[in-house]
Amino acid sequence: MVSFQPSEEEQMVRDTVAAFAREQIRPVTREADETGSIPDSVIQQSWELGLVAGAIPEALGGGGDARSAVTGALIAEELGWGDLAIALHILAPRLLVYPVLEMGTEEQKKEFLPRFTGPRFRAVTAAVMEPRFGFDPAEMTTTARRENGHYVLNGAKCYVPLARTADAILVYARLGNGGCENVAGFLVPQGTPGLHIAEREKHMGLKGIETYEIVLEECRIPASQRLGGDRGCNFGRILNQCRVALAALAVGVGRAAFEYARDYAKQRRAFGVPIAQKQAIAFLLAEMAIEIDASRLLAWEAAWKLDRGEEATREAVLAKQYAANTALRVTDGAVQILGGHGYIRDHPVEMWLRNARGFAVFEGLAIV
Amino acid sequence: MIDFELSPEIQRSRDLVHMVAEQAMRPIAREYDEKEGEKPWDFFRVMWELSKASPVDVGGGEQQGEKSGPSERNLLTAVTIEELSWGDAGLYLSIPNAGLGGAAVAATGTPEQERRFLARFREGEPKWGAMAITEPACGSDTAAITTTAVRDGDHWVLNGTKIFCTNGSLAVEKSEGFVVVWATVDRSAGRAGIKPFVVDHHTPGMSVTHTEKKLGIRASDTATLVFEDCRIPLDNLLGSAEVEKTTEGFKGAMATFDATRPIVAASAIGIGRAALEFTRDALEKAGIQIRYGAPLHKLTAVERDFMEMEANLQAARLLTWRAAWMMDQGMRNNLEASMCKAKAGLAVTQVTQKAVEILGPLGYSRKLLLEKWMRDAKINDIFEGTQQINLLIVARRILDYTSKELT
Repeated sequence: MVSFQPSEEEQMVRDTVAAFAREQIRPVTREADETGSIPDSVIQQSWELGLVAGAIPEALGGGGDARSAVTGALIAEELGWGDLAIALHILAPRLLVYPVLEMGTEEQKKEFLPRFTGPRFRAVTAAVMEPRFGFDPAEMTTTARRENGHYVLNGAKCYVPLARTADAILVYARLGNGGCENVAGFLVPQGTPGLHIAEREKHMGLKGIETYEIVLEECRIPASQRLGGDRGCNFGRILNQCRVALAALAVGVGRAAFEYARDYAKQRRAFGVPIAQKQAIAFLLAEMAIEIDASRLLAWEAAWKLDRGEEATREAVLAKQYAANTALRVTDGAVQILGGHGYIRDHPVEMWLRNARGFAVFEGLAIV
Repeated sequence: MIDFELSPEIQRSRDLVHMVAEQAMRPIAREYDEKEGEKPWDFFRVMWELSKASPVDVGGGEQQGEKSGPSERNLLTAVTIEELSWGDAGLYLSIPNAGLGGAAVAATGTPEQERRFLARFREGEPKWGAMAITEPACGSDTAAITTTAVRDGDHWVLNGTKIFCTNGSLAVEKSEGFVVVWATVDRSAGRAGIKPFVVDHHTPGMSVTHTEKKLGIRASDTATLVFEDCRIPLDNLLGSAEVEKTTEGFKGAMATFDATRPIVAASAIGIGRAALEFTRDALEKAGIQIRYGAPLHKLTAVERDFMEMEANLQAARLLTWRAAWMMDQGMRNNLEASMCKAKAGLAVTQVTQKAVEILGPLGYSRKLLLEKWMRDAKINDIFEGTQQINLLIVARRILDYTSKELT
């Protein structure tokens, strides 16, 4: 039966994360963007919310909560509203934990999951994108070949969050020709010979979070470290889970910019009235509000389909594209409404515009 | 719990109405577009019998008299109207029922008035209920209405001209229906002085002087009604005759739009879906599949366009369902109703225009229905509050401005 009302539990999680974003993330967001580093205390406090350990089974020391893409989307929107770079840092461990949880072998679950039930933030991550134009799972250039009970990985990856400090990196590589069905995941521990972490990347936005290019040169790992063992994983589904997370993050970034521009337009006066009383401004804000809600509903619908076990490729792709476009237009509109002030780094809207531009590019940076 | 699954009841109704749309509407859609002004009486009679016999609301938009907790009525209406409009938007608009006039009676009338005016829609020959607001010199600015109602003993006397009255001639000349006329009882009172009056069919002093020729929805009857010393009983005034100091009464009347805007949005989406489905089928027949998730450098322009059309349409649909669902929950949905209407009107205008472009010579040809859908779609960006009026309402809500602060 159709409902647009989150359950009480979902609402509680949403409110908690929203309060965290308002009280802990927002005060440090500009500083993180300028200095390129996020205060440890914020990351540590986020860890205590159980956003990563919550879904790990009780038997392995976790919270035993049912994992839900819808709840994941609610959380991602609130964190994205706080700050995109910090949100991606907080959520990065999920990039390895969730695929292991859903598709890993029993041994992989036992080996990896208990590490995340402790009191301290543990960095792990995944490597999806590659340093070339576009993102094409069918022509992934990082390859894996099987050799004497091992897999040998070769290739380069980029936009790998926290790669330098991560205990392990879930590297996606192509096993044969074809689309997502021929992509496998490999759990590569830090320090494995042949895994090189290159220099920290510099981006237009996302300046707070460390991301790296990594290079794999004849990097050998035991066959048992292939995600899901010989059964493999469903990379298509993982990508869709990532698309929904990115869509929800984009909604959060857009909403932040919309709220800021709305409040600014109500107090900034021109020609004797607040500029919000001019239709040129008011209509732009109205369109922003409509498109943000539209994006959120598309993200929720795709998340809901994933929770029902559907592949949801169409819904996830469309939701991500739509939300990425919306975030870009809304943040650009917010800069426009603030005018010259919007271009100045005293206000956050220019940062949100830089961050929002990335959504059309990002794949696999967060997961629900 | 967030959920997008339609209940089995709604799915059953949707499937039934879809069958009607496919079998009774699509086959005559082109014919009544070309023969603008002619009435498909066989279709009217079929729909009339269906609406009397079936518990399914086939486009009445009739409101429940009493509110008794959450229901699914508005969502059901949105879903079924999408199907009817998928069949044909012009024909859907002219289905005999209480329509917008009935919605106004239900929203502003007393229980006695509801019985007196709405009982007729469950018996006898096909009938229509119409609503007359727009005047030659006022459209979106409904507060500027100049049609007057003056009390004379036991009667109200109406004078003025109303245009763009959907089903106007069907309601008052070609059936035993009625029209709800918005007129001012006190021009100095502005909005507060504007009241709804029920004028019965064939009332002396009322005449249909013109029916419009239009860009689209040509099967729909759009009439000019002239009132010259038209006398109606005192108790045909819906609600109170008192001119309050506040505009609460008028606002109450405008609240009708909170229920009808999602309906218009749903009908817009029906047209957009028809165009989208047709385009997808045509592309598939030509061996072109939409590759969701393929990288940018491999996608064709048509695939990108198509995905954008599809996402826009689904966004509009979800906004519409939300507005209808809120109504069903008894939540105030003024903001969300305008959001979905603004989005749906624009989305289907763009979707149908793009579909004509993609289909090329076939899209432009009157041999197919696509060009008609493009013409039909545009009305949704205009009636029941233009795109701009709905943006204005959204803007006022999000900025917390009154209609005086944001004009």
